[in-house]
Amino acid sequence: MPKIYLYTRFERFWHWLQAIIIFILLCTGFEVHGVYTLIGFDRAVQLHNFFGFSWVVLFVFIIFWVFTTGEWRQYIPTTQKLWEVVRYYTSGIFQGKPHPVQKSKESKHNPLQRLTYLALTAVLLTIQMGTGLLYYLYNDWAIWGISFLSLRAIAFIHLVCAFGILSFVIIHIYMTTTGHTITSHITAMITGWEEGEESDIPEWERPAKR
Amino acid sequence: MPYVLALALSLLWAVVAFGAEGPETAPGRILARQAVKDDKRAWITADHSQHPILKQPFSKPEDVTRACLSCHNQAAIQFHQTIHWTWADPADSRGITGKGRLTVNNFCIAVGSNEPRCTSCHAGYGWMNKNFDFSKAESIDCLVCHEQTGTYVKFPTKGGYPPSEPTPFEGKEILPPDYTKVAQSVGKPNRHNCGSCHFYGGGGDAVKHGDLDSSMTNPNKALDVHMGIDGQNFACSRCHSTRAHHIAGRVYATPAFTERKSLLEDDLTTKISCESCHSRTPHKRHAKANDHTDKVACQSCHIPTFARALSTKMHWDWSQAGDKERPVHKDEFGKADYDPKKGSFVWKKNVVPYYAWYNGSIKGTTAKDPIDPTKPVRLSWPEGSPDDPKSRIFPFKVHTGRTPYDTVHKTMVIPKLFGPKGSGAYWSDFDWGKAIAVGQEYNELPFSGRFDFVDTEYVFPITHMVAPKENVLPCTECHAQQGRLAHIEGVYMPGRDRLQTLDMGGWLLVGLSLVGVLTHAAGRIIAASRR
Repeated sequence: MPKIYLYTRFERFWHWLQAIIIFILLCTGFEVHGVYTLIGFDRAVQLHNFFGFSWVVLFVFIIFWVFTTGEWRQYIPTTQKLWEVVRYYTSGIFQGKPHPVQKSKESKHNPLQRLTYLALTAVLLTIQMGTGLLYYLYNDWAIWGISFLSLRAIAFIHLVCAFGILSFVIIHIYMTTTGHTITSHITAMITGWEEGEESDIPEWERPAKR
Repeated sequence: MPYVLALALSLLWAVVAFGAEGPETAPGRILARQAVKDDKRAWITADHSQHPILKQPFSKPEDVTRACLSCHNQAAIQFHQTIHWTWADPADSRGITGKGRLTVNNFCIAVGSNEPRCTSCHAGYGWMNKNFDFSKAESIDCLVCHEQTGTYVKFPTKGGYPPSEPTPFEGKEILPPDYTKVAQSVGKPNRHNCGSCHFYGGGGDAVKHGDLDSSMTNPNKALDVHMGIDGQNFACSRCHSTRAHHIAGRVYATPAFTERKSLLEDDLTTKISCESCHSRTPHKRHAKANDHTDKVACQSCHIPTFARALSTKMHWDWSQAGDKERPVHKDEFGKADYDPKKGSFVWKKNVVPYYAWYNGSIKGTTAKDPIDPTKPVRLSWPEGSPDDPKSRIFPFKVHTGRTPYDTVHKTMVIPKLFGPKGSGAYWSDFDWGKAIAVGQEYNELPFSGRFDFVDTEYVFPITHMVAPKENVLPCTECHAQQGRLAHIEGVYMPGRDRLQTLDMGGWLLVGLSLVGVLTHAAGRIIAASRR
């Protein structure tokens, strides 16, 4: 089976670090919300604040990377073959048909992924970080002249997004099992190599030859 | 490995952002430490035992006061203006609010007609009835606050006078003071001076306040982190800053302080608020607790319970009084549950406070104010609201009781309780109708002749017995659905507040996602096995 080098080092790093951060934020966030008791309310708040800020810092790096590498093009929404992808996941996959969109270095997301990841990054995660920051900096609202905001409303939006992200995580993890093999997508995100058409390591990432 | 490097970098970020703070760098602790550097001798320039005028044999306490005033010639002018002397709320233009006026409580109700008993805690001599002359300088009792021998005792029923000869009271003999000795001992008031009245309000140890009782004369650090004799060993006046005999801290409608200033902002400010020494951000940098200080009073978390050493009276039912046959039981703290003169009592220890929005002002009901007897009558209550930037969520002792009221005029009444047989006093004649009629007439208040008892509430702000930081309340005492602040309105509290529909919708979405992927997975497995 031919392999392509799909995810570069930094892309894999930010993906997994973000995954860890989101996992911790979900765990601590729902504890603060009072759903369960795991590590204690005050430690949950401390961790949540720390990883919340870490996430914003990482996110700035991710956005910088996406724009400087031109990877932003991977997130341009398209309706081409969208319907075919939907049909594949709702019926074709059960009949053993091949995926209608081949991954390539230039286009590593299918149309459904493009839409999902764009909405996730531009809307859900951004709102979540924004409301989280507002929530954390609540005591400075008066200084900034934004006291008209309601902490209750901010908290509710933050919670709505948390449910959205948790739902995404569940589906996202499941979708990794729909590759050529159960683990091929996850392997790709770990090693960078996805089973598919022939490709090569880009020049700049090759080990130096002596 | 780049991953290892990245991980190491993220850990470094954690240390830089959150880990570099030591336990002693909380600015509130540093500020407070500096504020309490104290040299007790630094302010004292006179030895009173050497003043010739204090070496005379005094025959009555007024002579001691005259001797004091012969040097301290502004003291009486100052003291006559203080609440300690007037027992009145300076903010009330009607002049009827205050313990010496027509304000009623649910302990011994009010002073008027009961003077010689109540005024044993007046810093004066001879307030025997309403004709007491408040303008006389020599009537001031300097000694009760300033004497340092611990032997000076005002007799419980003599209008503020000590006994003139050994006199028995409730099984104890109270001795007349050696005026020369006590006069020569005077100094800055210490805990036993303030405590001789403030620990025994309501006629006994720990009856009234809940956070002030005789256990605070020599408390340990665990009971009061500031006053603990094994710690900072504060006298009351360390926080109750005094200017010209005006002692900061009394709360009527006038708050104890109106501005939350620290000594850094105003080095001459009173030290009466926590913020005075600890600042508005007393905790470690980044500590979430610092974000609470705009809504939650320090006391709410740092006084986990009150009455931690001695039990305090929590309920007093006057309507039960008068049954001389009723057996009296001692509770687990050794306190009687009944007294035929006074009714039945409930005492409690380690009491969880009641929390309410509080801007520093306590309002009270007087015997002239109309009441609604169909529900518990608030005889005193904290003012404040979540929209008021001066308000904080604050802990209170709520003393409940059943006290007499006029069922026709719908007002609380002032019964005469203390007096000799035949005077109408309830404690001698045991006739409520007569006691109320005499008390109301004395206070120039109308009485229809018909009375009953109504449920009442009386509040005390809880601000003493601050626990060491190790014993601070855990977050989940309040950040929980059925926590201490379950009834508090006007704030969003994570862990307490939720929109049921939003939570249900959210979990439905999560559940559907799970069911969706599981169904999809099952479909794939079945389809694959058929192929």
